[in-house]
Amino acid sequence: MTTAISVKNLGKRYQIGAAETRFRYNMLRDVLMDTVYAPVRLAKAMVGKSDRRVNKNFVWALEDVSFDLEEGRVLGIVGRNGAGKSTLLKILSRVTEPTKGTVTVRGRVGSLLEVGTGFHPELTGRENIYMNGAILGMKRAEIDKKFDEMVDFSEVGQFIDTPVKRYSSGMYLRLAFAVAAHLEPEILVVDEVLAVGDAEFQRKCLGKMGDVAQQGRTVLFVSHNMSAILRLTEEAIVLKKGHLIKRAPTPEAVDFYLSSGQAESGQRVWEADEIPAASEPFRPVAIRIKDRGGNVVDTIRSTEPLTVEWEYQINAPITGLRAGMYLSTMRGEYVFTSFDTDDARQYEQFGARQPGRYISRCEIPADFFNEGRYSLGVNASSFGVKRYFMDENALSFNVDISGAPGTQWPELRQGPVRPRLIWKIEKIG
Amino acid sequence: MTEYIMTEIVKHEPTTIYIKPTAGLAALNLRDLWIYRELVFFMVWRDVKVKYKQTLLGMAWAVIQPVMTMLVFTFLFDRVAKLPTEGVPYPVFSFTALLPWGLFITALNQGARSLVAHNNMVTKIYFPRLILPMSAVFAGLVDFAIAFVILVGLMFYYQVTPAWNLLWTLPLFLLLAIVTALGVALWLSAINVKYRDVNQALPFLTQFWLFATPVAYSASVISEKWQILYSLNPMAGVVNGFRWALLGVGNGPDVTLWVSTAISVLIFISGLFYFKSTEKTFADTI
Repeated sequence: MTTAISVKNLGKRYQIGAAETRFRYNMLRDVLMDTVYAPVRLAKAMVGKSDRRVNKNFVWALEDVSFDLEEGRVLGIVGRNGAGKSTLLKILSRVTEPTKGTVTVRGRVGSLLEVGTGFHPELTGRENIYMNGAILGMKRAEIDKKFDEMVDFSEVGQFIDTPVKRYSSGMYLRLAFAVAAHLEPEILVVDEVLAVGDAEFQRKCLGKMGDVAQQGRTVLFVSHNMSAILRLTEEAIVLKKGHLIKRAPTPEAVDFYLSSGQAESGQRVWEADEIPAASEPFRPVAIRIKDRGGNVVDTIRSTEPLTVEWEYQINAPITGLRAGMYLSTMRGEYVFTSFDTDDARQYEQFGARQPGRYISRCEIPADFFNEGRYSLGVNASSFGVKRYFMDENALSFNVDISGAPGTQWPELRQGPVRPRLIWKIEKIG
Repeated sequence: MTEYIMTEIVKHEPTTIYIKPTAGLAALNLRDLWIYRELVFFMVWRDVKVKYKQTLLGMAWAVIQPVMTMLVFTFLFDRVAKLPTEGVPYPVFSFTALLPWGLFITALNQGARSLVAHNNMVTKIYFPRLILPMSAVFAGLVDFAIAFVILVGLMFYYQVTPAWNLLWTLPLFLLLAIVTALGVALWLSAINVKYRDVNQALPFLTQFWLFATPVAYSASVISEKWQILYSLNPMAGVVNGFRWALLGVGNGPDVTLWVSTAISVLIFISGLFYFKSTEKTFADTI
């Protein structure tokens, strides 16, 4: 087997906090001096000399990461927000350069990130296919050859000579995706976290990824969705704060990630650097699981109700907000999805939310969970407008089933739920 | 059947790419620029195609803009100020200069903004970043070609005989204009990624540059002792060269042209290096 990707001591350093000086102004004199010195600062910055007044902070988004990947393998990459997953993919697809270390890549790297890049609204579908294809590194002859196939795939057929600004958003995405999907790179990187589009479109992306893997090409897959990782990859690496902390067959790696990553028991607090800037004006603060007595716990009893508390800050009015959760098993199967404004009256009252600190609280009734570990994901969004914040694995917790229905038999019961159903037994003969 | 098997078996050996921190000359990576040469063509084609979309007058704008400038210049500098034109009718005299000047100004404006304007490409995919300022500069050539036709018409109307024996030098001066525009665009586009001050400075810069270039007036009005200093502006060399090649006026290539050329090449090479040294962080800072 040949090695498709070889990563050695890879490191990427980012500079943060350059904007800090902007908040220093106390006096008009400072402002004026700053303005006077601006050209000097510019000149200094250009020749590479740093200005002492600018406080330089560096973060290593990726540090000392090494791994090899053989051709035709599918590797999952898991880790929390800010663990360095996207940085790794950006380096592999050569969007940004590493600060240290080397990567050897055998073949063309394509990513589904680049869907629609370079599309121009004034150009027709046909013109955009050629344009986009060239941007993705396809030769003209190659595009000619695959053109009909792409049009078929995109289902835009008769509109191919219409400017894409007249397309519906669905048509636009399908066309963009058709081009990216026919690039046929030797190595495909998929960052589901950054993937655009609706659920249907994301399914299509994943489907395409599966096809690519079956054709024996190499795939790197980043996702917060553990079931997708388990289904699509054989092996996975776990990143934590820029370091590679585990490489193992996927079930083992996922297990490791879910149980080690969420060390805080029964509570997850978001640090400032874990919240993407795009989530403004919504800022998650913490999510907690509480037992009947109001204690924050990591393990709950299935025979008692539990309370989920999500605390967050809203910095500017948001209309149509819904803050809620996904509940899934360790294997990534969803159990349910629920939002705080699901109730129509509640939505009328709280849909438009003013700035302030909030807690959305709900109770999950007793006799609901089966034994095992469950993962709680959070989502705050305005439907059809914007997804402010999402963390598919915010917190995990254990369920203990002592006293639950059927525990007189020491067996493993199938299924994520274990309701206490009322059985009536009738003797009819 | 046989054919099918053939196409399946003949598969390109994938090229190996080494990704590592780059420095110095290795960063130039001209090989990739060659591999992506078709992208330059597509970008130019797109810019040209999109430029006059949803405008009432369409491509006519490529004619209207230089012609209007020429008319204003003619009124101001010929009728009012009565500047010397070395025996050439003023409209032809100024339009000859407006050709390379127009190319330069479009290339500079579009080129300097090219990286920021295409930031979604820069942050999402790999391609040699040089392609963006390059194609912005090349896109200006289409307007240049259209304006050239107008110039031929003007010369015919005013019965100005072209300097046939010098005409072959025109492509060289055109090349000099392109190299100058590209050099300045490389500098400004790379700075613009980090400091958007460039956007603010551009209108002022182009206006200032116009005064320092013999577009509206003849370079001969500058006194002899200032000629060398004056030729530090590479566009002065280009404009004088155009007039000399087309109309046969001026001294032709002398020391001032070599100074202009040297400055132009210097801006281009240093621009290339500055661009390349900052290129690796474009995606992070844009």
